[in-house]
Amino acid sequence: MNLLASMRIALRALRVNKLRSSLTMLGIIIGVGAVITMIAVGAGAQARVEEQIRSLGSNLIIILSGSVSSSGARLGYGSQRTITEDDAYAIHREVPAVQAAAPALRGSGQVSGGSNNWSTAFWGVSPEYFEARQWNIVAGRGFGQSEMQGSAKVAVIGETVAKALYGDSDPVGQIIRINKVPLTVIGLLERKGQTFGGRDQDDAVLMPITTARNRILGAAQSKRRTVNNISVKLRDDINVAEAEADIRALLRQRHRLQAGQTDDFFLRNLSEVLSAREESSRIMALLLAAVASVSLLVGGIGIMNIMLVSVTERTREIGLRMAVGARARDILTQFLVEAITLALIGGLLGVLLGVIGSYAIGEFAGWRVALRAESIALAVGFAGIIGVFFGFYPARKASRLLPIEALRYE
Amino acid sequence: MAEPLIVTRDLTKNYHLEGFPVHALRGISAEIGAGEFVAIMGPSGSGKSTFMNLLGCLDSPSSGEYLLAGERVSALSGNALAAIRNRRIGFVFQNFNLLPRTSALENVELPLLYCGIPPAERHRRAVARLEAVGLGDRMHHHPSQLSGGQQQRVAIARALVNDPVLILADEPTGALDTRTSCEIMALLQQLNRNGMTVVLVTHEREIAGFANRNISFRDGRVVEDLRVERPSDAAAMVEEAPEEAEA
Repeated sequence: MNLLASMRIALRALRVNKLRSSLTMLGIIIGVGAVITMIAVGAGAQARVEEQIRSLGSNLIIILSGSVSSSGARLGYGSQRTITEDDAYAIHREVPAVQAAAPALRGSGQVSGGSNNWSTAFWGVSPEYFEARQWNIVAGRGFGQSEMQGSAKVAVIGETVAKALYGDSDPVGQIIRINKVPLTVIGLLERKGQTFGGRDQDDAVLMPITTARNRILGAAQSKRRTVNNISVKLRDDINVAEAEADIRALLRQRHRLQAGQTDDFFLRNLSEVLSAREESSRIMALLLAAVASVSLLVGGIGIMNIMLVSVTERTREIGLRMAVGARARDILTQFLVEAITLALIGGLLGVLLGVIGSYAIGEFAGWRVALRAESIALAVGFAGIIGVFFGFYPARKASRLLPIEALRYE
Repeated sequence: MAEPLIVTRDLTKNYHLEGFPVHALRGISAEIGAGEFVAIMGPSGSGKSTFMNLLGCLDSPSSGEYLLAGERVSALSGNALAAIRNRRIGFVFQNFNLLPRTSALENVELPLLYCGIPPAERHRRAVARLEAVGLGDRMHHHPSQLSGGQQQRVAIARALVNDPVLILADEPTGALDTRTSCEIMALLQQLNRNGMTVVLVTHEREIAGFANRNISFRDGRVVEDLRVERPSDAAAMVEEAPEEAEA
């Protein structure tokens, strides 16, 4: 008897008890649906983290002002600015692993432009900043070394600021005012989206660090030329730990720290933070998938239960089939195919449920979901394996019946 | 008869029922020739059904030998026995044993499913057998839509579909009224006249009267083996019997 014929017999048998078959399938449907949805949610979260890492730039180290002791009381990071613009240039010059090091000086204020105004953060940065943060200009241009030296009244703005001030019209060439200082917008930054902390990176105005210090923030800043942070981009294929050690040594030397003293700066490797997040989101996804697999397992037990009942109910049918020439193998195949059919139909309906569920979660909960063909194939394949695994025992039980006893069974 | 179709030598069957040994058959040696119509009789517990099950390869003997068409069936494995049941023996049961919710045609095709015959050929043969038993117009009916007599005719068509050498009928009229019983017996007599060997188990004398030979069992032994000189003609009795509604 070929497989197609077995399949037809199985479908007929399953149709006889429609309600029972559907309820049995429900376990598999929910299981497969849950596995697919959970994997999609997990993969979505992972894709989001990966995107954030890309948006921050890989091989990026941020140097922040560290804690300093002031009369015995240790203050927090950045409580006093200890790093300077010159630290940034020294790092670029003296640490070979560094591709770009850009100081950034932060300020905030009211920005007005066109007929609107907007409260935002502005950053005075060196031209290397765009390279260090892998931040491209999508319209207009960035500023260069000559504009740095001349404290040119130019600015590059983020998408959020551009939208707030100019709506959909082109901001390049417009004049914005920050604290009454007019700056010409020469470029529009590429959209970066939110940081993992939820801060809108596009809500920013960048200008030459000299412009920020000399024209907007005022002379108080200019003495030691301290900065809020330094973005350091390392070259590719560099040992990050070694590069960090070199930078640390250089800064300690420049800040004249003695051997016993703690650092007055702090290095933060963002990709490390994000890798940890990626790892935890991956573990989360695995955990969810494992929980979902349990429901698949329960579905499989349901199949086994119903197949055992079915074998008992159809003992006479088995006897008759044996009497007209069915071998043990034929009976085994018949019941196994029936269990697999049950599992596979449940699996396919489960895929449908999983796909709908994933989109529903993406739509209504606003989570990113990523449906993957291999996870669907995996879930259906797993459902099939469950059919074989849990169908085998009842099928073997059926095939081992003695013809005469099966025929006489009441 | 040069070579009997069925030869049994000292066939015994013992089994345990609730811990007590039961000697269902205590050494049966019998020969049944090709083309015979044999009725096996006896009260319940006499061993006639056990003997029938052994002949049908549904059960295996505790000891002794069984040869079907010269083949030592008692020595065969499960799969080989399944093949014998499939190709050489046709069964007719008291309660018809048709698959429910399955058309007459598919019921008749069932044995062919287990010997790898292609669908078109299966269909052709099943249609031919159903027409031969007079059910050409009921092929797509389910058993529940057929009368008892019609169901038994479907079962006979199924028994014949793989051209067996032997028809085994276990109380084939047990669930039927007199007139329908006569019709079924007429069908079996007609098959026998065309050369088919028929072995029938019954406890009714009248039914046994349609056979050419009556073997009586009691307590696991053959107690009587008679030739019936002039068997009743079932077809004629159908003509005489009063018209009854079919069950």
